Amino acid sequence: MTPLAVSIAGAIASFTLVLVVFELIRSRRLRERYALLWIATGLTLTALSAWRDGLNTIAGWVGVRGYPPAVLFAVGILFILAVLLHYSTVISRLSDQNVVLAQRLALLEEQLRDGVSRR
Amino acid sequence: MSDTVTVSSRAVAPPGLAELRRVAIVPALNEEHALPQVIDELRAFDPGMDIVVVDDGSLDRTAEVAEAKGARVLRLPFNLGIGGAVQTGFRFAFENGYDIAVRVDGDGQHDPSQLARVVEPVLRGDADIAVGSRFAADEAGYRSSRTRRVGIRLLAWVVSRIVGQRVTDTTSGFQVLNREGIALFAHDYPHDYPEVEATVMVFRHRLRLCEVPVSMRERGGGRSSITALRSIYYMVKVLLAIFVGMFRRNVVPQEDSR
Repeated sequence: MTPLAVSIAGAIASFTLVLVVFELIRSRRLRERYALLWIATGLTLTALSAWRDGLNTIAGWVGVRGYPPAVLFAVGILFILAVLLHYSTVISRLSDQNVVLAQRLALLEEQLRDGVSRR
Repeated sequence: MSDTVTVSSRAVAPPGLAELRRVAIVPALNEEHALPQVIDELRAFDPGMDIVVVDDGSLDRTAEVAEAKGARVLRLPFNLGIGGAVQTGFRFAFENGYDIAVRVDGDGQHDPSQLARVVEPVLRGDADIAVGSRFAADEAGYRSSRTRRVGIRLLAWVVSRIVGQRVTDTTSGFQVLNREGIALFAHDYPHDYPEVEATVMVFRHRLRLCEVPVSMRERGGGRSSITALRSIYYMVKVLLAIFVGMFRRNVVPQEDSR
């Protein structure tokens, strides 16, 4: 069985994450579309920490015998991997768009200079 | 540009509109087939209205077709999504001092001949934003997939509860805005699936919104930007955005703030 202190600490920590994410969206420092994964992370970890029987059961399923909270770590790491992978795709798109922007800017500047010199 | 003034017998722009500076904002993504007719119909409704097509990174000849019809074209360097595209049009309208902006989708599902009814409440000064609604009257005729209709209904119900006014069609992009509405959307407009959040935003900024019953047509061409799996994602995202939005303080944007 998971020690009670671990459950309480885990629940508080993960719910704090949810609150922080919420505040970041509210103050417009985080867009909803990038917050969804974080909220899923926070809520899942909160649920797994608070629902102690559930954590035990899941630990049994995946063959964790000695220390059920290890499942918390595993799930947390999985979510972090998902968030990182998501960010990698976002960064790839951003850098592609950045290239297009720079190219368009160069073309635009050339047109502008061309217009000035012909006057 | 010989065909730019094709005034048909349907020119029904209400009196009073002619004295105002007015612009039609037409977001378009790969709509080379539907767009020419949309532009013609807008001209037929009101020949004195400027038309701005926002080309959201189309891969077909959308921009060329629009230019050939004499519309002004804002070409986005890549696809921004409908929210970013439409807001480009609102910024254009705001910075060029237009009094009235009409938003009509480039796919032809909004019928410009019905604009007279939608413009009415804004012209009278009864509303800052008028929205053409498919469901305001029980005029049937709008066909759509069942999931889509359920989604639209659910969002309408949530939004109505939040804003305290009956809103039937929160996903309609058939809109007419006055200067206050233009200023608000030019400064702050949601992304991805913007109309729902925008509706809530309008109320939170204490602008007046009213719905006008309209019927919409089948899409003239192109593809809807919303697929099945995406609608679920949008649904969750929009509900989250609305929920968080309720905890924001809202400031009505001033004319001179950028």
